[in-house]
Amino acid sequence: MPHTFPSDSVGLVIPQTAHFAEPLALDCGRSLAEYEIVYETYGTLNADSSNAVLICHALSGDHHTAGYHEGADPAKPGWWDNCIGPGKPIDTREFFVVCCNNLGGCKGSTGPTTINSDTRKPYGPDFPIVTVKDWVRSQARLADRLGIQRWAAVIGGSLGGMQAMQWAIAFPERIRHSLVIAAAPRLSAQNIAFNEVARQAILSDPDFHHGHYYEFGVVPRRGLMIARMLGHITYLSDEGMRAKFGREMREGTPNFHFNFDTEFQVESYLRHQGRAFVDRFDANTYLLMTKTLDYFDPAASFDQDLSAAFHRTQAEFLVISFTSDWRFAPARSREIVRALVRANRKVSYAEIPSEYGHDAFLMPIPLYHEILRGYLTRIACEVNGHAA
Amino acid sequence: MRPELELIGDWIRSGTRVLDLGCGDGELLAYLHTHRQVNGYGLEIDTANILKCIQTGINVIHTDLEAGLADFGDSSFDYVIMTQTLQAVRHTEALLDEMLRVGRQGIVTFPNFGFWRYRLQIALQGLMPVGKTLPYQWYDTPNVHLFTIRDFEELCRRKRIDILQRTVLDYAHRARIGPRLWPNLLGEVALYRLGRA
Repeated sequence: MPHTFPSDSVGLVIPQTAHFAEPLALDCGRSLAEYEIVYETYGTLNADSSNAVLICHALSGDHHTAGYHEGADPAKPGWWDNCIGPGKPIDTREFFVVCCNNLGGCKGSTGPTTINSDTRKPYGPDFPIVTVKDWVRSQARLADRLGIQRWAAVIGGSLGGMQAMQWAIAFPERIRHSLVIAAAPRLSAQNIAFNEVARQAILSDPDFHHGHYYEFGVVPRRGLMIARMLGHITYLSDEGMRAKFGREMREGTPNFHFNFDTEFQVESYLRHQGRAFVDRFDANTYLLMTKTLDYFDPAASFDQDLSAAFHRTQAEFLVISFTSDWRFAPARSREIVRALVRANRKVSYAEIPSEYGHDAFLMPIPLYHEILRGYLTRIACEVNGHAA
Repeated sequence: MRPELELIGDWIRSGTRVLDLGCGDGELLAYLHTHRQVNGYGLEIDTANILKCIQTGINVIHTDLEAGLADFGDSSFDYVIMTQTLQAVRHTEALLDEMLRVGRQGIVTFPNFGFWRYRLQIALQGLMPVGKTLPYQWYDTPNVHLFTIRDFEELCRRKRIDILQRTVLDYAHRARIGPRLWPNLLGEVALYRLGRA
């Protein structure tokens, strides 16, 4: 692999592992006796440890947010590489950026694929279902380990945005700014319904074996693939799909075959996304993380009053949504904003015109990135003490 | 804009909660934040302005004012301000009602269409007025309702809106004796502080 990287890249990164021997009590009532969290960092922590930024990943994300791994495809940097690096909106010359693989994940942190020391077998379906609150608690312990008392910002899109919100609610004094992007205050019935169909696809795969498929040397490929295909439809918008695929047929398919082969480009795209996902993701983790999404509801502990949930927060908020996102539509972000205004919190809100659907939060849309850059430049001034 | 900022600032008590409808690049809120320590939000629809607000640290909320202020509770702000915006919204009456529902008081500024220069342009040249406070041509103006000081006060009377305070500025944007005596003729910009019992 060539060791020359673009000048605005964080370059080669090596994931690190933090081991925690102190038990972590979980919302489900169980606890993890010990666990590991895999994370990456970019940039340098300043003298008073005030310039740390936590990036929270979404459903299928992981700790590899920016830069390149040794031996990896040079065309495939971390999942938010377009936004993180020297000179990029989340500028690693200003900030010490941290991102971890959440508990229950399948990229190195303790999760269903980890060997359970009690049984000497992978946890599989016995791994406890963790919540956004649990994640935030585990991230707080990682912050302690890294010597970070207070984050300059916690940033996340989608399920990551929910963690950014939860951080402000759970640890008011440990976060200066919460950037909540393409998120929702809780899932709608429709959102849960899509998650349920995805789960049923996995659960009904004959290779699932009640989640113990590792012992049988198989993976529920078909189920996980269908789950991902379904997910992808909800990540794109109707207009975006029309622009990208229309009713185009695959090359060499001039006429209908009158069978169920892949004929349309969009079918080919979804199958490709599904197959690629099966190779990099674990079905038990997918099940768990969709449940984490379904359970998220910070207002539930406050009599269904979201603004009451925000009353104790001290952070300033930036909320961003995208016009064509129908998974977590702009109206869902406005619910968050309305609750913050009622709670008299500092908040700004922007609705970015885009046809990328929910996926837009990962795209380098100029206005979106300028807003992030503008907001983060001010945070950099606060914590690094220089003028904008 | 400067004299207008200061005059509005004079009307606002320190440490209050304000909502600025159509806040533009956030100039007024920045001024009120510095000089009156207000806690406020600006509502704006133009993304270039939203970006400027975010860059300067003004709390801005992307909002289409035509859709009303349903996200905001009754009397949840001390002041709801609308500078040079009322003439550019379609649902003028509904927005005035919304303003005085959400705010304990409303502050409104607008260009006075009855200003003598504008009257002369129509009367003598037969052309739609163009000037400092009405800088647009008829075909590219964002202003959809042009009205005079008398028109506005008539509307307030009809809607039982109390005019708590009024300042009228002349062509040099000073509040002098002339516009005080003949506001509808000599005033180029009108500022109102409104309330509703």
